[in-house]
Amino acid sequence: MEKERFLSASPHLSDAESIPKIMYGVVLSLLPAAVGAVYFFGLKALWIMLVASAAAMASEAAVQAIMRKKITVADGSALVTGILLAFNVPASVPLWLPAIGAVFGTVVGKHAFGGLGYNPMNPALLGRAFMLASWPTSMTVFTVAPRGGSLCGIDPATISALQIDAVTQATPLKLLKVARGVLAHPSAADPTSYASYAKAMGALYDSYGNLFWGRVGGCIGETSAFLLLVGALFLLYKRYIGWKIPVSYLGTVALLSWAFAGTDGLFSGKPLFHLLSGGVMLGAFYMATDMVTSPVTFRGRLLFGAGCGVITMVIRLIGGYPEGVCYSILLMNLTVPLLDRHTRPRILGEKK
Amino acid sequence: MLRKRTFSGGVHPPQCKITAHLPIEEVPPPPQVVIPLQQHLGAPAEPLCQVGDAVKIGDKIGEAKGFVSVPCHASISGTVKAVEPRLHPLGGRVLSVVIENDGKGEVSSSVAPDPDYMDCSPDELRARVREAGLAGMGGAAFPTHVKLSPPPTKPIDTLIINGAECEPYLTSDHRLMLEQPREILAGVQVIQKILGCKRVVIAIEDNKPDALATMRKTVSELGNRYEVISFRAKYPQGAEKQLIKAATGREVPRGGLPMDVGCLVHNVGTAKAIYEAVALRKPLVERVVTVTGPGVRTPKNLRVPLGTSFAHLFAHCGGLTEDAGKIIMGGPMMGIAQFSDEVPVIKGTSGIVVLSQRESRVAEPQVCIGCARCVDACPMKLVPTHIQTLVRHERFAAAKDYGLLDCIECGCCAFVCPAKIPFVHLMKYGKLKVYQLERAAAPKSA
Repeated sequence: MEKERFLSASPHLSDAESIPKIMYGVVLSLLPAAVGAVYFFGLKALWIMLVASAAAMASEAAVQAIMRKKITVADGSALVTGILLAFNVPASVPLWLPAIGAVFGTVVGKHAFGGLGYNPMNPALLGRAFMLASWPTSMTVFTVAPRGGSLCGIDPATISALQIDAVTQATPLKLLKVARGVLAHPSAADPTSYASYAKAMGALYDSYGNLFWGRVGGCIGETSAFLLLVGALFLLYKRYIGWKIPVSYLGTVALLSWAFAGTDGLFSGKPLFHLLSGGVMLGAFYMATDMVTSPVTFRGRLLFGAGCGVITMVIRLIGGYPEGVCYSILLMNLTVPLLDRHTRPRILGEKK
Repeated sequence: MLRKRTFSGGVHPPQCKITAHLPIEEVPPPPQVVIPLQQHLGAPAEPLCQVGDAVKIGDKIGEAKGFVSVPCHASISGTVKAVEPRLHPLGGRVLSVVIENDGKGEVSSSVAPDPDYMDCSPDELRARVREAGLAGMGGAAFPTHVKLSPPPTKPIDTLIINGAECEPYLTSDHRLMLEQPREILAGVQVIQKILGCKRVVIAIEDNKPDALATMRKTVSELGNRYEVISFRAKYPQGAEKQLIKAATGREVPRGGLPMDVGCLVHNVGTAKAIYEAVALRKPLVERVVTVTGPGVRTPKNLRVPLGTSFAHLFAHCGGLTEDAGKIIMGGPMMGIAQFSDEVPVIKGTSGIVVLSQRESRVAEPQVCIGCARCVDACPMKLVPTHIQTLVRHERFAAAKDYGLLDCIECGCCAFVCPAKIPFVHLMKYGKLKVYQLERAAAPKSA
């Protein structure tokens, strides 16, 4: 035979998916929330996203060039890291901060371990943890109110009627944390502030619409549950994420917040409030589901999501931070090898 | 509506059954055939002829050596030109008998119909099956008489006739069910008599409604109490363990055989060949081959004498296109790529698929990103990504603990992998190393 023929092991057919396709699919799914970030927090949000993405991509290319590895910045994974990291900072940060966070996440969180596929922890979240530890004030003080809303999510007209300062300064989770401290000990609190906090909590629980659409203070990409869900539906449809981690994560958060987060004893909490506020939606659909840093087995993924939910609620309710999504996922990332090892599925024909 | 019978895992490759509506055609007799003396799992046959011998269709040219072995027969009449190692589609060179066609098409006198074949004892039926050189025609080519000889401690209660044909492109079983349902069912009766099993399931994927209807109609016409069951079209529905699970709910134990759970699976083509072996006393000298794929100008279903070269079939199908890139014996999921079109059709050649240049290119593997698609797709419920990592790190014992030897090499994991990791290649390599290490560790017999 004169013509050369191709040879390879079976199978000789392959699915059309590839790593870049998946990564750019994730980028696409983040676009609604990215547009929302610019709408709610102004052009500054766009700059944050551009700077973080550029820093992540540039540092990835630089590391690979220095180590004389193949430069894979075009595969889209660094871009995903950059955007997700940008989503995790307040609109008020100086622009050098997300740049440093993105570089740290990419270089230390990803390439120190061998690059894409080898990183034990989500690079974007590691970058965020680094920023939170090094510049806590910039990362936790929210000063930019979203367009058409207020920092705490209560309608501006209602806030002026409430007459408490804490309300105007805090994000919903922070307000809840302070209010629960007061409301849980009625005898210790002075009657005026007790009454106003009770009213504030009532108003907060009435503002689900603001939390859902995103008219609330917070990190630029995490405020609109609606826009995040739009992207998440796309990811689920394309099977770039599965239902197991989001469902077990959100389910655990809902259950624990219903049981323990109320101000009138057990099972007086409002699960919807905890699901809609802070970074739970962003975390459950975009960060905990990160393929590289989550388990591959069925039960492993359920346990992973549940673990994220438990740690998130422990930090929110008992810990020093109002928000626990970032640390919960980072901590659970470290349990992945263990989870995978102990949740191996039963092989077909294996004794039960 | 009833839930469609199936198994967990699996994938949905594009089906491309472009030859499904084309009746089986006789291929013009080739000028010569090359018949390898090993076309089955087990010991090769020993040559019975010499250069210069005249042979007729059905003459035995290779004698089985040992129990797990079958004889070989001449598929055309003519003169033996050579008995020498020749290229084999499963790789390497295998001792083969080359016969030059004399064009007379004379049939051996040993081929004599026996209308009273159902009066034979099970042992006699088994002997005829073995003499006819039958090996499983679904692709794995395990000697058929061995499967028909389960030990008395493992009674078979369920016979499954495999007409699933889940490989994309292949339609030879499909056409056989449409065109020769009576022969298939006569073969099923023979198997039933040999084994004494009560339940018979004829398993067909639901993407072949015409085959389902034909088989159902023929079963009722013949008054047989066979179940013709529709299975969901999903690859690898036709894999033995998956088929048994879907049909009976039973799981073949790890490292075990279907007979361990009272089941036996035979391909529809094998059933038809069993009928011919016992009723016509006709050895296995031809089979249906689907010649298809974007690289073939006129895809066809062909009835082909064993030993016919692929090149002869391509010539009969209008030749290959300019764009032809890869020649595969079998389906695209489990078939074996060929570097020459001079290899012969053997007993297990269910199809020949020719892919285009573009489809033939192998993407450069990337690192696993843990997407878990392989885990979701694995019909054996393995964790392929962990096994491949262990094999790469040469941790073969650990890979074995993770189920390396349970892998059926169906290729689902490699099909869905976005990083294009060559899973099947790594699994085969890992298995080879495990066997090598175990052989080295076993105490040497003096």
